[in-house]
Amino acid sequence: MNNEGRFGPYGGQYITETLMNAVLELDEAYRKYKDDPSFKDELKALYRDYAGRPSLLTYAEKMTRDLGGAKIYLKREDLNHTGSHKINNCLGQILLAKKMGKTRIIAETGAGQHGVATATVCALLGMECEIFMGELDTERQALNVYRMELLGAKVNAVKTGTRTLKDAVNETMREWTSRIADTHYCLGSVMGPHPFPTMVRDFQKIIGEEIREQMMQAEGRLPDAVLACVGGGSNAMGAFYDFIPDESVRLIGCEAAGEGADTSRTAATIATGRVGIFHGMKSLFCQDEYGQIAPVYSISAGLDYPGIGPEHAELYRSGRAQYVPVTDEEAVQAFEYLSRTEGIIPAIESAHAVAHAMKIAPEMGKDKIIVINISGRGDKDVAAIARYRGRDLHD
Amino acid sequence: MIKIKDAFKNGKAFIPFITGGDPDLETTKELMLAMQEAGAALIEVGVPFSDPIAEGPVIQAADDRALAGGCTTDRLFDMIASVQGEMRIPMVFMTYINPVFSYGQEKFMDRCVECGISGLIVPDLPYEEKGEILESCHRHGIELVSMIAPTSEERIRTIAGEAEGFLYCVSSLGVTGVRRSITTDIGSMIRMAREVTDIPCCVGFGISTPEQAKEMADRSDGAIVGSAIVKIIAEHGRDSKKYVYDYVKEMAEAVHT
Repeated sequence: MNNEGRFGPYGGQYITETLMNAVLELDEAYRKYKDDPSFKDELKALYRDYAGRPSLLTYAEKMTRDLGGAKIYLKREDLNHTGSHKINNCLGQILLAKKMGKTRIIAETGAGQHGVATATVCALLGMECEIFMGELDTERQALNVYRMELLGAKVNAVKTGTRTLKDAVNETMREWTSRIADTHYCLGSVMGPHPFPTMVRDFQKIIGEEIREQMMQAEGRLPDAVLACVGGGSNAMGAFYDFIPDESVRLIGCEAAGEGADTSRTAATIATGRVGIFHGMKSLFCQDEYGQIAPVYSISAGLDYPGIGPEHAELYRSGRAQYVPVTDEEAVQAFEYLSRTEGIIPAIESAHAVAHAMKIAPEMGKDKIIVINISGRGDKDVAAIARYRGRDLHD
Repeated sequence: MIKIKDAFKNGKAFIPFITGGDPDLETTKELMLAMQEAGAALIEVGVPFSDPIAEGPVIQAADDRALAGGCTTDRLFDMIASVQGEMRIPMVFMTYINPVFSYGQEKFMDRCVECGISGLIVPDLPYEEKGEILESCHRHGIELVSMIAPTSEERIRTIAGEAEGFLYCVSSLGVTGVRRSITTDIGSMIRMAREVTDIPCCVGFGISTPEQAKEMADRSDGAIVGSAIVKIIAEHGRDSKKYVYDYVKEMAEAVHT
């Protein structure tokens, strides 16, 4: 078995021969530039002057008091330019693609956050941009479709399969197969064939590095737990990675259970999936007994994915991280709770992590500290949550 | 057991592809026999998959029809077992890796042997990952077909050097589907492969007309056609037999002239 890009038994490069040289070339370029001082400086400057990094670490005082247990801090990726952590990865990958001489970027998107971040960086760096988005998601997130178009991107509604994130990935891979020479596939999560899971994690690990530094300043010690939502898992991997060697820090990934991990309307991969090989990687997937990829469901278009990044699968296997399912209803309640309590409207994706914090914080001592990664802001979700609560807004 | 090399006993090979269970397994069985009669040298049967990322819209739709019609890996094996006695040409499966992995590779290979499948083509299992199932294939006498693509360049020698059965030469960038013209320099890909291997090289992706099939077969050992046949099945459903027979006959004759 190929040991390139393996996390325990997971990872690998299970893609068509047509794409092999493209990923090998990408791997080579990434190895060359990741430690290159001028590339690092350029990226650092973009993080600071364009994305607005470092993002804040906000002490949630009212929430802490209200829940009556552990002290709660919020890592504010929602404050980044474009409103989510996705910009970190897009700046890194598209800068790299430019160094490689590529002139065109393609990407999949679920909720539209990765699509918006990709379109934004393409506008900034002068790249042609084409986004693939499940037709169902273009309906759920119409505002983001217009936003991407405003930024100069072409948005393709994917009409195959379940018309969601999984199908958007299929279609972007097909597109890449047909046009490789000038095109880079800017994959949005810690998934797909090597080097994507490693590279995307590296571009996101700044989240955890900042949490460490900010926490040392605020409290003089490391947190007891870091919580993040997990679909493919890029914001969670970014928040967790720096803490993996610190055994005292619990790492908790919050999966989208949809209507419940015991129902068929779920996207909780760790809770309900098993090992498989799909989208270029060996990892855990929701699938039937014959290996057909299962249709998944979550209120959150960004977590509506039947797999999980291979490094998460390994963190789960080794027991280093824990993964918990959170239902639509719990996430919506947390969405409303954080808005009311702290004046912060989180993305419905991030609300899954807030919901689990609401469960565990009261059971933890007041001397304990948890950090919730608020991976994005919730403006894009307002209409959908209103609809969930029975009010039809025209956005 | 019939081997892949038997397909090349009579010169150039015409290799048709159909998706197993599209629109139902009874029709697939009839079509396999009809294609054999019409002059096919080897038959590729697709194991339907929910997310066939190497396929264009025509074969994607066939996979959807097969799965919606209740085709499963077990039922497909049962059908192949039932047609095995009447088949004089080799049969290979074209399958994505997850259905094999999920079924359990040992059990999958056991069943392949039982029903006379000679080889596997796994488009999402490139050279670097073939170790996933190669040993198990060899233990069962199943040949794992390798693919080369227009982007393979210097990889062609590495891949072809270890290839078995036949070498699947992907004619164009992109997914499967009918193309008006094929612009890749197939001749030089094949020449590079032949420096390191004696096994037959066949060209697939984008071929639909007798002229294209002949042109590709002239430069290689055979032509593979999928989407053009699957299109006929999409149009005629359970009544496709005559149309598929006529098409395969014309294509096989073109390859042999």
